[in-house]
Amino acid sequence: MYVAVKGGERAIQNAHAWLAEERRGDTSVAELSVAQIREQLSLAVNRVMAEGSLYDPDLAALAIKQARGDLIEAIFLIRAYRTTLPRFGASAPVDTGEMACDRRISATFKDLPGGQVLGPTFDYTHRLLDFKLAAEGEIAEAPRREADQGPVPHVTEFLNKEGLIEEAPRDDTTPPDLTREPLEMPADRALRLQALTRADEGFTLSMAYSTQRGYARNHAFVGELRIGTVPVEMEIPELGFDIEIGEITLTECETVNQFKGSKTEPPQFTRGYGLVFGQTERKAISMALVDRALRWEELGEDNVGAPAQDAEFVLYHADNIQATGFLEHIKLPHYVDFQSELELVRKLRREVEATQHREAAE
Amino acid sequence: MKDSFDPNADRKAWMGLMAKAPEGRVTALLDAALTRPAFTWLRAPEVGSVMVRGHTGGTGAPFNLGEMTVTRCALTLDTGEVGHAYIQGRRKGDAEAAALVDALMQTERAADLRAKVLDPLAREQAQRRTDRAEKAAATKVDFFTMVRGED
Repeated sequence: MYVAVKGGERAIQNAHAWLAEERRGDTSVAELSVAQIREQLSLAVNRVMAEGSLYDPDLAALAIKQARGDLIEAIFLIRAYRTTLPRFGASAPVDTGEMACDRRISATFKDLPGGQVLGPTFDYTHRLLDFKLAAEGEIAEAPRREADQGPVPHVTEFLNKEGLIEEAPRDDTTPPDLTREPLEMPADRALRLQALTRADEGFTLSMAYSTQRGYARNHAFVGELRIGTVPVEMEIPELGFDIEIGEITLTECETVNQFKGSKTEPPQFTRGYGLVFGQTERKAISMALVDRALRWEELGEDNVGAPAQDAEFVLYHADNIQATGFLEHIKLPHYVDFQSELELVRKLRREVEATQHREAAE
Repeated sequence: MKDSFDPNADRKAWMGLMAKAPEGRVTALLDAALTRPAFTWLRAPEVGSVMVRGHTGGTGAPFNLGEMTVTRCALTLDTGEVGHAYIQGRRKGDAEAAALVDALMQTERAADLRAKVLDPLAREQAQRRTDRAEKAAATKVDFFTMVRGED
């Protein structure tokens, strides 16, 4: 039972005032601007957009500033803001085959057409702290090379002449939307992908890692990983045709997974899929591995009882805003609840003591 | 679709160009090009969201990826032309400017606007794209095979 208790207003106001002061920190140090966060902490901004499920770098940067860098708090702010926006419609599915790629690598096919393009990656850095960054300084411009700007085909498309890789045929079904209908089981793949793309990065990473360590092992290779921009097209009802309404950065990961075949499917490479807002490589790879693990039923694989195969477990615990909302609410006042628990424990204790007393007397 | 003749191709191109322009750019180019004509709102600028969809596996069934912010508006010039704007982000001023350009592109000012607003936008967009593409190309791996011992 919840009972309203008054008396905390002044304490709350003062706590918020102090929070604002602490957020600002030492005033002899220059204040961060939202634009600085957007430009220089862009991977944090990308994570907030992906898990906040709203693509708007300025808003994500503002949320990070307001949340003092607590990314889950920032995601919470974005989710709350999102609910205030009228929905104008849904875009046509973005065509990642048309992506202007900053990065595009394959761990399975060395000589893919278009080549292995590393992009602005942390890979191959030595992970040694760079103390030069602690001092202000100019950075050298990145080298350039003449570029062919045509579309870069997906690796699986042109490597599947033998038909050894599972295909993803076109389909125009309107997908379910968990922001409109509560997430219910069984969840089809479209719904699972929506839940995974906005899922907590840490949770998704750990679930994916568990499959690599042997819990529902499905032996994933990164068939292709690409990061870049795609235009977003939507049909405008008042015009009667599609226009581009913007351009977004996405990270896409396709895994190819060894598959010995099942009662329903021949031996082939199956695929896991990850697609996430922004440059969010770890999340996209994790999403692809978890997506693949959750596909055991449609591929006729055995359920080995691994956590990553359990759609209900994965999808109901992947959302960090739901999780933190329920987790953190237990720190809020539960005085009356606890009073009744206290009474119960006292009563039980009296009964046990009375019994012991009687037994000792007999 | 892309191969067949599309009577709206021109309009689609300029609307898309303005939707993707950086903040403030359409407004600045429009105001440098001409004095804004009188108009009435059909729909005042409003900020909302669009649910962006992806294809499962890159080519398969659609799924909901997440939303993006979009600003839209519609207006009509005193001469009757209707202009629409749907642009990325929360940018009411730019949406107004984009809708004005859309309407004016249907008048005799079209050639002037193309030269002073759309062509510069297209050039800037192509330059941004080339800048990234060339930096990406410089990170392309050129494999060479070492001579193997057993041969």
